Amino acid sequence: MTLKDIALLNLRRRKAKAGFVLAGLVIGVATLVAMLALTEALTHEINHKLEKYGANILVTPRTESLSLSYEGLSLGGFSFQTNEIRQSELALIHQIKNAGNLAAVGPMVLGVIQVAGREALLAGVDFAALPILKPWWSYAGGEPGADQVLLGSEAARILNLQAGDSLTVKDRRLEVRAVLEPTGSQDDGLVFSRLTTAQELLGKVGLVSMIEVAALCKDCPVDDMVNQIGEKLPEAKVVAIQSVVKGRMEAIGHFQRFGLGVSALVALVGSLVVLVTMMASVKERTAEIGIFRAIGFRRGHVMRVVLLEAGIVSLAAGVIGLGLGLAGAQVALPLFSESHGGAVALNPWLAGGAILLSLAVGLLASLYPALMAARLDPHEALRTL
Amino acid sequence: MSFIIGQDLAKTYGAGEAAMTALQGVDFSIDKGEFVAVMGPSGSGKSTLLSILGALNSPSRGAFLVDGIDIYQLTSDQRADFRREYLGFVFQSFNLVPYLSLQENVMLPLATQRLAARAKREMAAEALSRVGLSDKLTRLPNQVSGGEQERAAVARALVNRPPILLADEPTGNLDAATSAEVMGLIASLAREGMTVIMVTHSPECAGYASRLLRMRDGRLESDGRTDLAAVCAG
Repeated sequence: MTLKDIALLNLRRRKAKAGFVLAGLVIGVATLVAMLALTEALTHEINHKLEKYGANILVTPRTESLSLSYEGLSLGGFSFQTNEIRQSELALIHQIKNAGNLAAVGPMVLGVIQVAGREALLAGVDFAALPILKPWWSYAGGEPGADQVLLGSEAARILNLQAGDSLTVKDRRLEVRAVLEPTGSQDDGLVFSRLTTAQELLGKVGLVSMIEVAALCKDCPVDDMVNQIGEKLPEAKVVAIQSVVKGRMEAIGHFQRFGLGVSALVALVGSLVVLVTMMASVKERTAEIGIFRAIGFRRGHVMRVVLLEAGIVSLAAGVIGLGLGLAGAQVALPLFSESHGGAVALNPWLAGGAILLSLAVGLLASLYPALMAARLDPHEALRTL
Repeated sequence: MSFIIGQDLAKTYGAGEAAMTALQGVDFSIDKGEFVAVMGPSGSGKSTLLSILGALNSPSRGAFLVDGIDIYQLTSDQRADFRREYLGFVFQSFNLVPYLSLQENVMLPLATQRLAARAKREMAAEALSRVGLSDKLTRLPNQVSGGEQERAAVARALVNRPPILLADEPTGNLDAATSAEVMGLIASLAREGMTVIMVTHSPECAGYASRLLRMRDGRLESDGRTDLAAVCAG
């Protein structure tokens, strides 16, 4: 028989009260864990996307006119106007201060072509850079040769072409090398060829319509790189796609702060539940505490019994709340995630923090009731018998 | 020097017009191994005296010494240690903790001591055996009779082998046969050298004591050898 045994036995006897304290803490911990796990999963997803994004800097010619668009970014006049980037300027990008962060630089020339009486957008690209710039691309066979094209899935459907077929553009016969698996992007509607092939067909030799740049680490100084490229190519418009991601990260930040606020509120309510329940428990046990004091328990011993009870319940609440919070986050993740899936990972810091927080809230909220129990006058306490 | 000494013990509850004097200058001394009964009508101050003897209730005036130690000069923790080492309590209403088995109840005074769990269990089993409850170690208090609860309370009081047993109406809730059984047990502890101080209304119980302190209106009315006939005549 030790003080811990007394605490455990009392908890076993007063299951309803212990359950009430447990529930108060579990709700607080689970809410906090769910909020934090959710924001962590979403942040991880964003970071993952950022790393998988491919190009995260776009270099386009400065133009006032808008005619066609690509990836939601204006590519004004690229097919008809003169505001295009000289291909020779590509080398300047490799001269920026943070050139070491460049994973790939992909020039692209774009223009409208006629295929079987229909207008289509031809994109000349550097296929060597595509695995980095467009890692989600998938197609059978190798990269197209000089007289071959790669069709977006939608373009293949509309033009009624498949791998092995041929098409004629400006009297030049081109073979369909492969059809791109659907990407869900505007790439599905494009015809792709080697950069030089497209430049020849579009009459834009030595010119590119845009340049995609990939800096593939999430902590790359993308803003600095945008400025550095802008300095090298003053005639071009340099845009960081990361600004879109940053906007989403800010939204997650707001969600995280909101979540922390809600969690703090729930934790406060939980601690009040613990305080009130423990106070009631101490009052109910006045006579028992009188017996403890009469048989030689010091004030500290009585306090330890009360705090041990709170500690045991808080520890259990921390573990249960952690599990429920993670499960809740897993259930809620598809509602918040763009990919409608993913997994909530068990972060050891979050796990440890949740259990410690539960212990801290439980013990702090029980401190006053424990002091009250310790300060009970044993003579008065025994008179309640 | 006597083992237990009370000097001019007084106790007043409350203050001003609401003040109520429970003890008014009580002096006594008790030697080791004495079995003292304290009797008196309700409100005579005997329970207040017992609580002072139990180091639970500071007197308003006077001194209480045990084994030369001035108990109310000690700190709260020191008094708790004193209670654990010197005193065993037996209360009228048994005072067993309801969610603990009889053995666990008896082990309670040992809970704060650095002893092996096995040693504690053995000491409790021995004390329960001493009161004839060795077959009911695992029973909860509500699973045994009133007499057995009181005997378990006696076992808890003696598990520490304290030199003093304080009993407050130990047979107050028991029938005559069970009372006799419990009193026989307490008397045997006194014969073995334990100093017993017992508050009682019962002349039969007082008859087991070797000395009787009579209280009235917060004062010690008489102090002498017990004489059951005189006690009953009252």
